[in-house]
Amino acid sequence: MPGKLKAKIVAGRHLPVMDRASDLTDAFVEVKFGNTTFKTDVCPKSLNPQWNSEWFKFEVDDEDLQDEPLQITVLDHDTYSANDAIGKVYIDIDPLLYSEAASVISGWFPIYDTIHGIRGEINVIVKVELFNDLNRFRQSSCGVKFFCTTCIPQCYRATLVHGFVEELVVNEDPEYQWIDRIRTPRASNEARQRLISLMSGELQRKIGLKVLEMGGNAVVGYLQCFDLEGESGLVVRAIGTACTLDKLSSGSAPNTNTHMHPNTAPASNACNSPSKDGKESPLAHGCRSTHNSPVHSVCSSQRLSQNFSVSVPTLIFTGMGSGGSAGKEAGPLRTLLRQQTQTALEQREFPFFTLTSFPPGFLLHVGGVVSARSVKLLDRIHNPDEPETRDAWWEEIRQEIKSHARALGCHAVVGYSESTSICEEVCILSASGTAAILNPRYMREGCLDIGCTDHRFEEPSPPNCGFCHIPYDELNMPFPAQLTYCYHCRRQKVPDVLFTTIDLPSEAAVAGKGCLIQARLCRLKKKAQGEANATAISNLLPFMEYELHTQLMNKLKLRSMNALFGLHIQISVGENMLLGLASATGVYLTALPAPGGIQIAGKTPGDLSSEHISSIQKRINDTIAVNKELYQINPPELAEEGVGSPIPEPRHRSRLFRSHSESSDELSELDLSHGKKDAFVLEIDDTDAVEDIHSLLIDAPPPTGFYSCNTENMPGISNWTSGVQMFTSVRVLRLSNANLTNQGLNKIFTDLCENLLKSFYFKLRSMIPCCLCHLNFTVAVPEEELIQVTVTAVAMTYDKEQTQEKTAEKPVNKGSLEAEEQLQFPLELCADSSSSNIQTASKISVSLFTPAAKLCQNQLLIARSAGVGESTNMSPRAASVDYGSFADRCSTWLELLRLKAHTIRRGSVKTISSLERCSPLQEGRSRSLRSSRSFGGSSVTVVKMTPLSFLPGTRIIKYLGIINMFFIRETTSLREEGGVSGFLHSFIAEVFAMVRAHVAALGGNAVVSYSMKECVFMENPNKNQAQCLINVSGDAVICISETDQESSASTANTGQTGGSETDGAT
Amino acid sequence: MSVELDVFVGNTTIMDEEVYQLWLDGYTVNDAVKVRMEGGVMDECEASKDVLLSDTMDQYRTFQMCERLLHSPAKLANQLLFQIPPHRQIMLIERYYAFDDTFVREVLGKKLSKGTKKDLDDISTKTSVTLKSCRRQFDNFKRVFKVVEELKGPLVENIRQHFLLSDKLARDYAAIVFFANNRFETGKRKLQYLSFQDFAFCAGQLISNWTVGAVDNMVEDMDVDLDKEFLQELKELKILITDKDLLDQHKSLVCTALRGKTKVFIEMEGSFKNLSRGLINIAAKLTNTKDVRDFFIDLVEKFIEPCRSDRWSAADMKLYLTHYTNSAHILDTFKHQVVWDRYMGVVKSCIFKMYHD
Repeated sequence: MPGKLKAKIVAGRHLPVMDRASDLTDAFVEVKFGNTTFKTDVCPKSLNPQWNSEWFKFEVDDEDLQDEPLQITVLDHDTYSANDAIGKVYIDIDPLLYSEAASVISGWFPIYDTIHGIRGEINVIVKVELFNDLNRFRQSSCGVKFFCTTCIPQCYRATLVHGFVEELVVNEDPEYQWIDRIRTPRASNEARQRLISLMSGELQRKIGLKVLEMGGNAVVGYLQCFDLEGESGLVVRAIGTACTLDKLSSGSAPNTNTHMHPNTAPASNACNSPSKDGKESPLAHGCRSTHNSPVHSVCSSQRLSQNFSVSVPTLIFTGMGSGGSAGKEAGPLRTLLRQQTQTALEQREFPFFTLTSFPPGFLLHVGGVVSARSVKLLDRIHNPDEPETRDAWWEEIRQEIKSHARALGCHAVVGYSESTSICEEVCILSASGTAAILNPRYMREGCLDIGCTDHRFEEPSPPNCGFCHIPYDELNMPFPAQLTYCYHCRRQKVPDVLFTTIDLPSEAAVAGKGCLIQARLCRLKKKAQGEANATAISNLLPFMEYELHTQLMNKLKLRSMNALFGLHIQISVGENMLLGLASATGVYLTALPAPGGIQIAGKTPGDLSSEHISSIQKRINDTIAVNKELYQINPPELAEEGVGSPIPEPRHRSRLFRSHSESSDELSELDLSHGKKDAFVLEIDDTDAVEDIHSLLIDAPPPTGFYSCNTENMPGISNWTSGVQMFTSVRVLRLSNANLTNQGLNKIFTDLCENLLKSFYFKLRSMIPCCLCHLNFTVAVPEEELIQVTVTAVAMTYDKEQTQEKTAEKPVNKGSLEAEEQLQFPLELCADSSSSNIQTASKISVSLFTPAAKLCQNQLLIARSAGVGESTNMSPRAASVDYGSFADRCSTWLELLRLKAHTIRRGSVKTISSLERCSPLQEGRSRSLRSSRSFGGSSVTVVKMTPLSFLPGTRIIKYLGIINMFFIRETTSLREEGGVSGFLHSFIAEVFAMVRAHVAALGGNAVVSYSMKECVFMENPNKNQAQCLINVSGDAVICISETDQESSASTANTGQTGGSETDGAT
Repeated sequence: MSVELDVFVGNTTIMDEEVYQLWLDGYTVNDAVKVRMEGGVMDECEASKDVLLSDTMDQYRTFQMCERLLHSPAKLANQLLFQIPPHRQIMLIERYYAFDDTFVREVLGKKLSKGTKKDLDDISTKTSVTLKSCRRQFDNFKRVFKVVEELKGPLVENIRQHFLLSDKLARDYAAIVFFANNRFETGKRKLQYLSFQDFAFCAGQLISNWTVGAVDNMVEDMDVDLDKEFLQELKELKILITDKDLLDQHKSLVCTALRGKTKVFIEMEGSFKNLSRGLINIAAKLTNTKDVRDFFIDLVEKFIEPCRSDRWSAADMKLYLTHYTNSAHILDTFKHQVVWDRYMGVVKSCIFKMYHD
């Protein structure tokens, strides 16, 4: 008997009138947990009853505690007929199950009814007494903390990152059970809500078990989703990153003995290849000199060669099956090291991380976006206890992702996420992430056992460009790319554009501000059934991906930027169309070359009227100029081209081919250069192309005073002030005429998204200067001819004055700070391979990676496989880069650099120690735990919500647990409730209210990493009916304002370093 | 192609004061959009008409959802559905309960019944306040009336606490409730020149001096009903006009005091008896509910109009009334000084307020 759950019903208020005669209500409450039910007395004739009940005690297994919600039902007593239900409250007691979180849940909860919405409130107190039986603990997974946040939570330190955890559970959807025909809509909705609540609990418990098995104590970046598969069932699945987190307490100094060598800034390794320092285990090696052996010098020279990407780690391409014998110049030891690292990670079945931001130094190189999609036909889940089919589907996709990452020379995938889109029986599974190389130094001791270097003598390569350096081998690139030397360190190669799904690393050097870039696309398809439908969809997918990437690339160039962060591509399937929406935050990375312009060309010279072309060209050039101004992109001028880059920039002409157009040789005759840079060519060969270019130009820039991004941090803005407004907006468009063209649809869809943005700007104009952060668009095709777009984002105000100066100093400082705090960030690599049976009915998967390269050639690598095994590589052209003279020059430069490196190495010690010295400055930021319940004088606690992991101007002092709520609302009086908009408006407001109430009851005052993961809306206006399902999640936290904290921090100023975000507010 | 559904919900409820006012004023969404466009809000953020329409719809919906809460403003502070900063809540309530003086002037003193509500469309046409706005205002009056009807304690304070209104607005509501309860006639043509604020002032005087609450502050309806005993006692004042000696004595005292201080002395002297009879008769008749209703019309007919026709200035009138009141104290045989003061104090200030064009 490991737990005792106690609940007390205190009072109710604002109850609805249930007895028309007296205008009053005789309310009583049923409290249910598992199969036990208690009742309060009836409080007669009151709309504000005071029950003040005894403590209802439930003695339960902790397994149940994890799975089951506490169910509170408020009823109206009726002597003669059945008691009428007023509404229910489900309380997830999970936050009470781990000691660090909430100790009591107490507060006013909205009483919710799926038909009537919120009907009054009830005051409840819930406590849990857990018997500290550690063995029992292991069977459930009580105590494992969950975080939606996709970075290391603010008041924790990751001592170990274990890796990917996933789980899914399936069940029949109550809505589709036979009993649904005879029960009321209310009963059916409640059955569904309860089932999903149970399934989420179970899922979380199972994931928790996996984490415990791995030796972790927390899941970060927890992402749980529902697949409403209709007839075939209900799937709840989740992924996350298992970690071992240490709570940073104000009394401990995290940077004393847990740290590795004090003079080694972790960031300093950013430029290094993972292999050389791979086996350095920070905890164990007190004495490093033992490793100072000849090996070291060999290593370092090889590293230098790596700087030129001459040596090729063999394993990179094995995943691709394209012959893995590339490493001609690599020393055997190097290769071996690389292999060791690789295998260490490969032992993990999936070296995936759902995190999107990392402590400095953790992320070494970023390869590019890897994504995979697969179209499946749903069939009934026969045995809910063995969800093998779904498991296998995901397994397959993940394998694909893994192999793509390998093809990019990366051993890990970060910023990983999964999603589905379902229409009738067709389901598109999608996964995407960013291929990356992580710093193996953080890997656990014993994973590697040979070769090591002394970090003290390592050159500190600039942390602000390291991640841009290509991880793959230049001579054997997985796709043709145009490489140049890093504009920052001038030592390693960088691509000309970089696409990623992660957040912009805090240490990255950027010029100007970022902006939201979206590619939108509609594709009509014929209505079809079954396999024919699935085939049609999968045939369309590669073209959609291609088009979306083309759009993204063009828009990126148009804004004069060269990298995308937080890229999220959603493809949504409807009966007669597919919608694609790609969102990302564009930014100018100073390490990457300046983007070339966009050149317009006719199919043949003098084909179309040249006037027309030149006018378009002018518009484009003007737009680019305007955007440069708008986003303040003034990259630092490079002193002298010759000094930095040993090789004259290869002038590659890149062309953007429309998917159907063939290459035309005349192009080489045109002057394609735009300024000195390489240009992008848009060919105008038909009216479609003209349309496309026009659509390129319609994207209106945000009005003055506004910026927008879809990432955690807005590149170029860090001085947030306290204004925060989270919002959700839903728009549904009905397409009236049946004979729409793709072009027409595109226009409509683009306008829909643009208008939404315009609406936001207008509504939030009072917050100027402000930035819309974490703009998360979700598209759906709920019915034929309907397009639904759901957006959740947060508007944050910032201080306009300080913007410029901040950016310069910030990154370095921040880097060191976080380094102190989170240096210990090892990656646990252990074998966890489970066999997977792949059984495919009709499967066609499309996969794609978007690394730092040009789309025009064959960045789009499409692997299609029909059935199992067979795969066709569609990549058409080969690399056009001439590497012939390359190697020669390299060797001379190698010498030069070697000399250079020595100098730098010596200098490094100094730099680091100076960083050391500056850290105590920050140590003053310790926190004091304040009373968690005194937030302002209002009777209702103000609860802030944000999709970001932080709240500006505040510091999170406690994570109270995960909020994961699922609600259904239905109405049979749609008109009376103000039509569909009125219905959904009040439902969303109600959902917010319930989230806030739960957070407040936990003692919290904010929700971070909030997201609305599902908003399924169905209507039947003829019957005056509508139904909506909403799933939201986030982390309940207590945060205190920075100023409060500082004033009260004078006493205890131990090694508590401030969180990265909070710095921005000071 | 049409927008089927369009909502925007903020964690902190977003409300534009301008749109709120338009909503309160009973503008339809389309009209509100027009007004906003003319107001130039579009230039602010490069908005288009669609954006404005969508925003206006959102706000209107929000207000409609809030309206239920505004009916019992105390709920607004502890409801959970909308997160509204306290200063915003105050603004919402204050504006919701604000009313048009032109409208309230029409219903002032009328029974707040269904019958009156039916006449609202006429009032709407007359005052050019939209019917919707008229209904809201009328319902507000009625709601406040209903709530305070059953409460003990001071009227203004009750209104302020129950409806969380500012002192000024609470006083206005007290006046409205007071007028509605006593059904004072305010609609006659002769009273048309008086504004709501004039009446509100008078009501304040009456409430604080003539009601039960003026003497006992823990009775029900204490501030709404006039003090019956006092009204009864007012009959005693008749002696000032029925007793010939007293009347003459009073007149001579007043005239002595006034002589040389005003240009209209002759007129004052000439109409003293008439005016005095007028005021005392009003006092004596107040036991009849019917005559209470006519209190203001009587004041105008019996006092203000004669004075005005004699071209008294406001200062003259003040001077006259001051001496008229004070002189009575010197009359040895006049024993009802307390009642006299209680009566004249109010009448004096009411007339001061009402004596204008």
